[in-house]
Amino acid sequence: MAATDEIAVAARARRFLAAHARLRPTEALPWLVAVAAFFVFPDRLTFGSQVLVMALFALSLDLVLGYAGILTLGHAAFFGIGAYTVGLLAARLDWTEPLTGLLAAATCAGFAGALSGVVLLRYRGLTLLVLTLSTTFILQEFGNVFDRVTGGYDGLPGLSFSPVLGVFDYDLFGRTAYLYALAVLFVCFCLARAIVVSPFGRSLVGIRENTARMHSIGAPVHGRLLVAYTVSAALAGVAGALHAHTNAFVTLSVFDFENSAGVLVMLILGGTGRLYGAFWGAVVYMVLQDSLAKFSPAFWQAGVGLLLIVTVLFARAGILGLVEAAGRRLRGGGP
Amino acid sequence: MKRASSMVLAVLGLGVWAGGAAGETIRVGVVLPYSGVNADLGSQMDKAFDLYVRKHAGDIAPHKIELVKRDEGPGATAKTVVTELITRDKVKLVTGFALSPSAIAAAPVVTQAKVPMLISNAGTAWITQLSPYIVRFSFSMWHQAHPMGSYSADKLGCKTTAIGYTDYPPGKDAAEAFRTGYEKAGGKVADVIPMGNPAQVPDFTPFLQRVKDAKPDCFYVFVPSGAHSAGLVKSYGEVGLRAAGVRLIGTTDVVPDNKLQDMGEAVVGAIVMGAYAADLDNPANKAFVADWTAAYGADAPPDFMSAAAWDAMAAIFHVIKTLDGKLDDGAKVVELLKGYSRKSPRGEISIDPMTRDVVQDERAMEIVRKADGKLGTKVLGVVEKVKDQCKELKVGRCGQAGN
Repeated sequence: MAATDEIAVAARARRFLAAHARLRPTEALPWLVAVAAFFVFPDRLTFGSQVLVMALFALSLDLVLGYAGILTLGHAAFFGIGAYTVGLLAARLDWTEPLTGLLAAATCAGFAGALSGVVLLRYRGLTLLVLTLSTTFILQEFGNVFDRVTGGYDGLPGLSFSPVLGVFDYDLFGRTAYLYALAVLFVCFCLARAIVVSPFGRSLVGIRENTARMHSIGAPVHGRLLVAYTVSAALAGVAGALHAHTNAFVTLSVFDFENSAGVLVMLILGGTGRLYGAFWGAVVYMVLQDSLAKFSPAFWQAGVGLLLIVTVLFARAGILGLVEAAGRRLRGGGP
Repeated sequence: MKRASSMVLAVLGLGVWAGGAAGETIRVGVVLPYSGVNADLGSQMDKAFDLYVRKHAGDIAPHKIELVKRDEGPGATAKTVVTELITRDKVKLVTGFALSPSAIAAAPVVTQAKVPMLISNAGTAWITQLSPYIVRFSFSMWHQAHPMGSYSADKLGCKTTAIGYTDYPPGKDAAEAFRTGYEKAGGKVADVIPMGNPAQVPDFTPFLQRVKDAKPDCFYVFVPSGAHSAGLVKSYGEVGLRAAGVRLIGTTDVVPDNKLQDMGEAVVGAIVMGAYAADLDNPANKAFVADWTAAYGADAPPDFMSAAAWDAMAAIFHVIKTLDGKLDDGAKVVELLKGYSRKSPRGEISIDPMTRDVVQDERAMEIVRKADGKLGTKVLGVVEKVKDQCKELKVGRCGQAGN
C-alpha cells in the first residue's frame, strides 16, 4: 500500500516537472524576433548587440532574484569581473580568442560568486542589499587603486579581439557582434532553462516562497542558494565579457550603481521569475531609453521612471505577467 | 515622419539647386552628458555650440549645419552612440565628449569610419594618440598643471607644497603633472592626498587638517568643477588654512567661473593656472562674453569648457567653408585642422600638427575682489604656447608610439 503510494507520488512529481519542462510554441517568439531584427534593422545592430548583452545580464539576475528570491543590488560586480577578465587577458597577456575568453570570464565571475556567496548569503533582505552594493563599490575602488593594471576610470582602450571562431571579424555595422551575442545568449538561455525546470530549480522556488518550510523538509537551503548564486554570477560574467568583446573597451564604470540598478529595472519591467521576462524587459527598457534619449537628451530618465512607476503600481508581475493574465482571461479561466 | 522630413529637405535642396547655389546640409554629431551628474558640464558646452551656430550660420552659406545631439550620460555606451551617429545619421564630424572614457571608447569607431572627432573637453592626455582622426581643442591636465609646477616654485614662493586631488584620472594626472614640474624647479612636496571620488562630494575637513599639520607654503588642488570645488573652498576657509598662510593654488576647475560668486571671501587670493577665465581681457573674449550674456544672462557666465566648445565649433565652420561643404574625406578634414590657429577667447590657440592637440597660453590668475564687489580674476603671468607636456616629456602612456 505504502509502496504504491510512493509510486503515485513520484509519478505525480514527474508529471509536474515534465509539465514545467515542456517547450511551448510561444518560446520561439523572442528568438524569431531577434533573428528578424537582424534583417529588418541592419543599421541598428551595434545597439542590438547591447540589448542582447543586457538581456543575458538580466537573465543571470533572474536566476537569483526571480527564482531563488535573493535580493541583490550588486550584480554589476560579476558583470564587471567578466568584462575585466577578457579585457585584462587581451590587454596584458594577448589572450584575444573570444570563446575561451568567455569561459575564463565565467570561471572568474563564478569563483567570485561562490567566494562572496559563502559570506553574503547568510544574510537576507535589506542587509544583503547593502552588502552586495558595497561589494561592488569595493571592487570598483580596488580597480581605481591598481590603475596601472586596470587602467582606472579611463579603462582599457582599443582592445582587439580575434575574430569569432577564427573567421568572423568585428565590423563597423556590428553584424558579427550581433550574431555572436545572439548565439551566446541562446546557449545561456538553454542552460538557464534547463536549470529552472529541473528539480533543483523547483527547490529554489520553494526557498523563495517559504524558506522555513524548505529547512523543515531537510533541503540544504544555504548550499542550494550558493549554487544558484555561483551559476548566476558566472552568467553575469559571460554577459560582461560579451560587453567587452562587442565594445572593445572596458572601464570601471561597469561597476557603477547604475549598472546594477538598470538591470534590476529591466527585470522588473519584463517580469521576475519568468525566464523570458529578462529578454523582453531588456528590449523594452533599452529601446525606450534609446528613443527617449534621442527625443530629449536631457530628460529621458523621467520617461523611464514613469514607466517603472506604472509597472510597479499596476503590473507587479511585469510585461509578461500582463500577457499571462490576458491569456488566462482569453481562455476564460478567471482573472 | 523621418522619411517625410527628409523628403521635404530633398525638395528644398532641389529648389536651392535649381536656384543655382548648391548648398549642403552638414550634419555634425554632438556627444555630451545631457543627463546624470555631469549634465552641468554638458550644458556649458551645449550652450556654446548652439550660440556659435546661431551667430555664424551666415558664414557658411549656402551650406547649412545641423547638430545631432546625443547623451553620453549614464546608460549610454559611447561606442554605440558614435557608431549610430555615423552609420544612421550620416554625420560628417563628431564633437563634444565631456568625459574621457567616452572619447576613448569611441576612438576605434572614428578610426574605422574615418570620421574626424573634435574633442571639446575630455582631458586624458593620451586620447589623441588613439586615432589619427582625433583633434583636441580643450586641454590635457598636463597643459595647465605642469607649468604651474615651475611657476609656483619660481614666482609664487612655494618652497613646500601639499597636493590634494580627487581620486580619478584627471586628478591623478594633475597631481603627477604638477609634481613633475614642481620638483624639477626645486620645490619640495610635503604631502600627496587623494580626496575621495568624483561621484560624491566628501567632507574635506580631515584632508585639509592633514595639510594644516604639514604646514606647507602652498596647497595645490584638483577637484572637479562644481559641487566639489564649492565644498573645498568652503572647508579651506573653515579649517583655517587661509589664516595659517597656506596659499590655495590649483587648476581652473577649483574656481569655475559659473560658481565663483558663491565662494565667498575664502577664495580671494587663490591662484590658479589655466587657459581661460571669463574675465580675460582680449577682443575675442569680450565679444564672446557679450554674446553669451545676451543669450543666457549675466548670472551664468561661460567657463573654460564653453570656450573650448566655442573654438571646436569655430574650427568646424572653418572646415566647412574651406572645403566648400564637402566633408566626405575625413583625412582631408584632419589635414586641414593640423596647424589651424585662431584668435580665441583664450587668446591665440593652434593645433599642433604633430600631436593634433591644442597649443595655448596658460595664465596664472589670482582671484580678487573687483571694484564692483564681485569676485573676478587678475592675470599675474602668462606661460606662452604650451603644448601637452605629457606627450612632450613622453610620460607613461604618452610615451608609447601612437598614431
